[in-house]
Amino acid sequence: MPSLAGLFFWMNRKIENINKITITKPLKLDCGKTIKNFPLAYETYGKLNENKDNAILVFHALTGDQFVTGTNPVTNKEGWWVTAVGPGKAIDTDKYFVICANVIGGCMGSLGPKDTNPENNQPYGLDFPVITIKDMVKAQESLLEHLGIKKLLCATGGSMGGMQLLQFCATFPDKAFSAIPIACSSSHSAQNIALNELARQAIMADPVWDNGKYVSKNVQPKNGLAVARMVGHISYLSEKGMQEKFGRKLQEKADYEFSFNADFQVESYLRHQGYAFVERFDANSILYITRAMDYFDLSKQYKGGLVEAFKNQDTKFLVISFSSDWLYTTKENKDIVIALNASGADVSYSEIVTDKGHDSFLLNEPEFLKTLKGFIDSMYEKFKNEKRI
Amino acid sequence: MKNLKMKKEFKVIAELLPNNTRVLDVGCGDGSLMHFLKEEKNIEVRGLELNQENVQQCIHKGLPVIQGNAETELHQFPDQSFDYVVLSQTLQAFYNPEEVLKNLLRIGKAVVISIPNFGYWKVRVKLLLFGEMPVTKTLPNTWYNTPNLHMCTIKDLFNFCYEKNINIKQVVGVNEDKTSLIKKSNLEIKNLFSKLGIFLIG
Repeated sequence: MPSLAGLFFWMNRKIENINKITITKPLKLDCGKTIKNFPLAYETYGKLNENKDNAILVFHALTGDQFVTGTNPVTNKEGWWVTAVGPGKAIDTDKYFVICANVIGGCMGSLGPKDTNPENNQPYGLDFPVITIKDMVKAQESLLEHLGIKKLLCATGGSMGGMQLLQFCATFPDKAFSAIPIACSSSHSAQNIALNELARQAIMADPVWDNGKYVSKNVQPKNGLAVARMVGHISYLSEKGMQEKFGRKLQEKADYEFSFNADFQVESYLRHQGYAFVERFDANSILYITRAMDYFDLSKQYKGGLVEAFKNQDTKFLVISFSSDWLYTTKENKDIVIALNASGADVSYSEIVTDKGHDSFLLNEPEFLKTLKGFIDSMYEKFKNEKRI
Repeated sequence: MKNLKMKKEFKVIAELLPNNTRVLDVGCGDGSLMHFLKEEKNIEVRGLELNQENVQQCIHKGLPVIQGNAETELHQFPDQSFDYVVLSQTLQAFYNPEEVLKNLLRIGKAVVISIPNFGYWKVRVKLLLFGEMPVTKTLPNTWYNTPNLHMCTIKDLFNFCYEKNINIKQVVGVNEDKTSLIKKSNLEIKNLFSKLGIFLIG
């Protein structure tokens, strides 16, 4: 087992070898600060065809990264959306060109709080500017420019990825022919802000965190970060799904130990998820990205409300929610549909019935994947025809 | 379900709808009517459908569809946001058809409704002579598993529109492949010989 510092070094070295562009164009952030000459890491799958009409942009969620499918070269684990993206899958990389970028504020190669602040040659830590979903999306639009893609066949994303997508459609109304927001919301609810605050407080309560200055000491507030991840994992499952998966089953033992070790399987699961996470994610990135999610409120940006945000949309939408998702509920997803309808946009909506909670979009949910595939394939036919005309 | 007679119904509905309009198909099923309207009449279609499998089929065909229940979810469509709203053979299945109808008239500048006619002579004979709830091709379910809560006749819907001051623009009776215009003057006889009634109102 390598030491954590060693692991960090090893991960950083690997991160040096991933695809990146340097965005030279200054990006004025919502907080008022400007960043320029910053790296944006990305990955692509499949081939962009001659007409450049088969590009699909995927926005990743809070703890995701650009490695959508195949093997993540940094963690050596499967890509986070391997169920949906790949050769012959719902988002078929034999047919489509899939792009995904690491969000700014993240820790997989794009500019984030663990990078060096050119002003003092120290890691940014809390000197990193507070970023928003809109800032993330603007940075990714520059990547499309770099790749020479004028209009995407489709843009999609679940959870925070869906929020980025809604922002992308509102800010760049003519950049996507179709869009699939999945299990998301147009503004973060009080419950979701509360859960994010719980995650942040767990990190900040860890003495190793040290006001975000741990990076220069090559350590990580792993206890706090693990707890933050556990909070997340509880919210991604449904009550029923959790009961079915774990119940009161004990972890490799016949009876209670009368201790505070992980007696129950559910405890063991959470601990495993928590401590596996600290090896691949930066604690300050969690603070920054959860903050961006909490600040997200599309109707606040558009004074006339959500309907105004979607005015003049030519994009064809498919909104998908999951019946047992209590983090981004069917109701919140339907509100997006209602606003799109009211703005006259072309919108479809499907609620997938499942017990698997918010996590469903990452799992092998046949009805969901069929719907996804049917929509993208039919949109591709339409897009090709439209371009021909 | 989509047999020849169904197709005749859709043909009549399609004839009532002018080209290049905006149409909401409430209870759009697998999207066959929407597909026809879009391809043949350049109509901008939207569907509302409850059944997951049907929703998926519409999406596969590239037809915009919203999964939802017409009884409770019509409120999401703004006033007069469509030229026409179509409701095919489902009015009788709602808990509150009057409320649904009000909503349809709010959303569409005009509304096309088709109903299975409970006044059709075979239906009447079945009940009158045999004393049993009628089971016919148009009404294939038995009393205990029928989704139809509010069966009515063509005449009933006529009277309803008069009572509620809803403008009736056109009524078409359908019997197998034959169609005929229904007016006040021939209502009694058409109410006896039509299997379906298709109303253009609003």
